[in-house]
This record gives sequence, structure tokens and C-alpha cells, in this order.
Amino acid sequence: MIIDAKGIYYRDLNLMIREAVASGAKKIELVNVNGQYYIGDGINRPVTITINGVPGNDLGAFLNGATIVVKDNGQDNIGNTMNAGKVIVHGHAGDVLGYGMRGGKVHILKDVGYRVGIHMKSYDANRPVLIAGGNAGDFFGEYMAGGVLVLLGMFTDNPGNPKHGFRFGTGMHGGVIYVRGPVDEKKLAREVGVFALTKEDSEELNELLKDFCRDFKLDVKEVLKEKFVKILPKSTRPYGDMYCTMPR
Amino acid sequence: MKLKPTHYFQKDISNCGLTGFISKSGKLVEGSVIIQSITLMHDRGNGLGGGFAAYGIYPHYKEFFAFHLMYENGMALQLTEEYLEQHFFIEQEEDIPTRRISAIANPPVFKRYFVKPLETAEFREAIDFKNMTIEDVIVHHVMRINNEIEGAFVVSSGKNMGAFKGVGYPEEIAEFFRLEEYEGYIWTAHNRFPTNTPGWWGGAHPFTLLDWSIVHNGEISSYGINKRYLEMYGYLCTMLTDTEVVAYMLDLLIRKHGLTPELASLALAPPFWDAIDVLPENDRQVLTAIRQVYSNALLNGPFAILFASNEGLIGLNDRVKLRPLVCAEKDDFVYMASEEAAIREICPSPDRVWAPRGGEPVIARLNPGVV
Repeated sequence: MIIDAKGIYYRDLNLMIREAVASGAKKIELVNVNGQYYIGDGINRPVTITINGVPGNDLGAFLNGATIVVKDNGQDNIGNTMNAGKVIVHGHAGDVLGYGMRGGKVHILKDVGYRVGIHMKSYDANRPVLIAGGNAGDFFGEYMAGGVLVLLGMFTDNPGNPKHGFRFGTGMHGGVIYVRGPVDEKKLAREVGVFALTKEDSEELNELLKDFCRDFKLDVKEVLKEKFVKILPKSTRPYGDMYCTMPR
Repeated sequence: MKLKPTHYFQKDISNCGLTGFISKSGKLVEGSVIIQSITLMHDRGNGLGGGFAAYGIYPHYKEFFAFHLMYENGMALQLTEEYLEQHFFIEQEEDIPTRRISAIANPPVFKRYFVKPLETAEFREAIDFKNMTIEDVIVHHVMRINNEIEGAFVVSSGKNMGAFKGVGYPEEIAEFFRLEEYEGYIWTAHNRFPTNTPGWWGGAHPFTLLDWSIVHNGEISSYGINKRYLEMYGYLCTMLTDTEVVAYMLDLLIRKHGLTPELASLALAPPFWDAIDVLPENDRQVLTAIRQVYSNALLNGPFAILFASNEGLIGLNDRVKLRPLVCAEKDDFVYMASEEAAIREICPSPDRVWAPRGGEPVIARLNPGVV
């Protein structure tokens, strides 16, 4: 099913998408998308929405089981408070991706912006995964409480840029970050430390990367050529002492 | 201050939409292009403010200062015109062409005057004895009109440029001012979302002084410090909106103190001390000096700003990038906007798209010899 989004206001476009989902459409293709917000938000059916053009902010917010494939670049707030399903972006994406994410997967092929994975969290089997194939801006994994963040630094339109920015992992108190190749320790936040991967870590990471490479038809062996490091929080209450000393 | 603020206007939590572009080779582009771009971000504003700045639109009067004046009542018009006749040679004076549309209710009167300062005794005193330049004289007059003539506001006062702004969505303001009839090589636009600032015609963006124009998405929590610092240099803030300080700060830093746009940007959005301390010695000293001398110029709070002048277009984020800003290039055009889609709407396949880091100015200058 094809929907031409040319000049269609985001409210009307999202209504059309919801009606298509309700009427049982499994595959929906949007063409001439440019800037329409909230596409695919909250959809809890296992449909696949393919987007040609640049979707607006909050793509796939509250997503709950659908799959969204973006053939171009994405903007800010992709996967905001996402619960389940998958978002695949074949370009770069903006700031604050996966904000408060609680499940599902976000795969970005190229660069990502600031505060990616901010306050991601997990609960039992609900473990969100966000993988960025390019470079990242500052505050990567800020306030992270759970889930998995992966930064590859491989596929970027700005090769001159550093792989990651400053205040990496600020306020992180849960979850795990894997980074391909070395991290710049000067740019790490006080709340995190660098560790080697355990066997289980590597096995889990390999599975995640296989899925990522399948989505973008990449060679996972190429990705695995470089050693990965693990970033973990040093404490579960990094700001416990902020207002009064924590009881010992 | 003749306008008594009716609310606490420093807090202007906003989510506005910005867009702008420059043809570095000076190609003239009609107004419909910037209108199409800002309209795409319709929902970043709430209809209480829209505005545009355009450069290269008055080629026939390019040696004159193009004063855009807004009058809220007949007295304001009369007093201002008497003032202008006293101090300026007026080459041309006319209404700014507008068209009434249903969306814009009781708009103020808009006129424009192409002027040069008259060689009065006061002018000679300023130039010969007070070490003032012609631009200083213009700034002085703009401040006096804004501050002393109730209901009269200088919307813009630069050469071969103009600002068009008011209460309404940007596409409505563009319709009202017939912007499609203009052509320029630099355009910026703003879609305002004020929450606790009044939606009034003078409070819309862009803010201007001489040929500076600023459109701003964000909130300047250091407004009080910046305002008091600027008042020592004769800049009076009368527009009840925090953005005003940015226009005057740039005029002070770049025109008066001779800083390059790069250094001025470092004063507005300087790196943190921990980042400065690890810089090579020479850079460390320069940045330490800038932060010490211009501590009152620091703009605290989240912001994305586009500031344009006759030399070019500059985009700047606060140093931790708490507002979006995306840039793109295509041939001799450079685009900057709050959202990539606003760029792709008018430039479907740019050569390069990137998001600047916090505190890192993106500077696109006109090629030499173009102006």
C-alpha cells in the first residue's frame, strides 16, 4: 500500500497510516515524506512502514511492535519512549534518539547527534538496543538506566569528526555501552569506567551486530575486525550525594 | 523606560523554528523560497510571531541606511518624522507595501526611509570630537527613537537590507508584507513560540541593529547581566524580548571592538574551563582572555541563533547544544535550520548535511567582491 505524503499535514498523514493499519495493511510505503512529525507513533501491530524522504521529529515515538524503515536521513527524537518494534535509518539521525526507550531496537547507519540514548531503561526481558554506525555528539548515553547502546564510528559523512563527544555517559547508572575501537578517556564522564568485554558480552554483541549488518547488508566480519570496549557506570546512584551525604 | 513590562519576560521557554540561507556568490533569490522553508516548520510556532530578514533587496539605495519604522499610532509617526527630518537627509520615504489579509488584525503602520545623517552641528561634534563613526551615530538615533518616542520602533536600520516581522505565523507575515516581491542573497526567517513573552509586533524576531539581524530559538537566562553590561555602552533594551541583547552584543564585539565573528562567537558561547585548560598554550591564553574580558557577554541558557549581516550568515548553538541546528551546502548556497526537512524542502539533495557542535559557529561569508 502506497501513501503519497507530498504536502500532507502530519495529522492527516498519521490518520491515513492508522486507518491503513486498522484495515489490515501489513506493508505501507510512504513517498515524498518531508518533515511530517510523529510518523508511526504508538503503532502496536507488526506492520512495516517504509519511508522515502526525511521524516519529522519523534519518529516512532511510543512504538509498540511495528517496524519503520527510513531510506533517507532521520531527525531528532527517533524512538522517543519506544516500547517494542524496530526503527532502521539508512542515513544519519539527529539529537536525543531513543529518549527514555524501554524496549525494541533502533539501528542508525551513519552519524547521530547529541544525548543519544538519554535515560534509556530496561526491565526484565524488555531491553532496548540502539546501534549507531557513525560518530556521535556529546552526552552519549546520558542518564542511561538500562538497555544496550553501541557506537561503531565506521559509517560517517564527516570522517574528520571524532568518534564521540564530551561528557560521554554523564549520569549513567545502568545498562551497557559498547564502543568499537578506543574511547577518548578525557571525554568520559566521571560516572563511567572502561572495561573489557566478557565472553557473554561478546556473544551478545555479536548477535546484535549481526542483526544490524543484516538490516544494512553489511559484512559483520568487517565490523568485528576492531576490538570493542565496554563502558559501565561506576555506581547505581551517581548523584546520591548531591543534596545530602548518602548513608554508609 | 516608557514601556512598563506587564509580566516577567526573561523566561521565554520556546521551541521556535529558524531557517536561513546565503548565496555566497550573491545570487538573488525571491522571497517564496524562504517562505516555503519556514512554513514547513509551522508547528514550531504558535502564531504569536513571525519574521524575516532579507539582504540585497534595495540595490538602488544601497548607500543609504534603510530605516524600517513601525508606528503604533499617528503621534508616533509624526514625532519620528520630525526627528528624522532634523537629523537625516531623506533620499526616499514611502509606505512598506503590505496587503490586508484576514489572519492579521489591526497591524501597525509600516514606513521606510532611505537616509544619510545630515552634517548638523551635533553630527560634526560626534564625528570630530566624540570619536564616533557614522554607524555609531545611526545606533544613537535608533536607540533614541526606540526609547523616547512612544509607539515608534525601528524594525531595521541597515544598508541594502530589511526586516519584516509581526504577530502571526511567518507565512501570514510574508503574505502581509508581500515578501514574494523581494529578491535577496541572504534570507533568514523565524517562527515564534513565545510562552511568557507578549506576542506583540515589536517582540517578533528578527532583532536588528545596523545590518545585523538575529533570529533566535531558545532562552537567554543571562539576559539581566547582558542588558546591564550593554547599557554601559549606550545600548538600551526596549523590545521586552531577550533576543535583543544578542543583536547589540554582536554590534559591540564585532563592529566596536573589532573581534572577528569567530572570536565574538567564542565570547557568546565559550568552552568550559576544563576544555580550555587542556588546549595548546596559545589557544588557552586567547580563550582565557576572552572569557575574562567578556564574561558579561556570555549567553547562558539553551539557544540556536542565526545572525546575518551584509558580510554573511552565521549559525551558533549554545555550548551544550540544547537547541537543534542543522546545516547543509549545495554549490555556493549554505543553509541553516532547526530541522533538516526545512532545508530539504528548498534544497532536495544537498552536497553535504551536518549538525554543528555546541559553541561551534558555522560561518558562511559572501565571496569577496560580491557586495
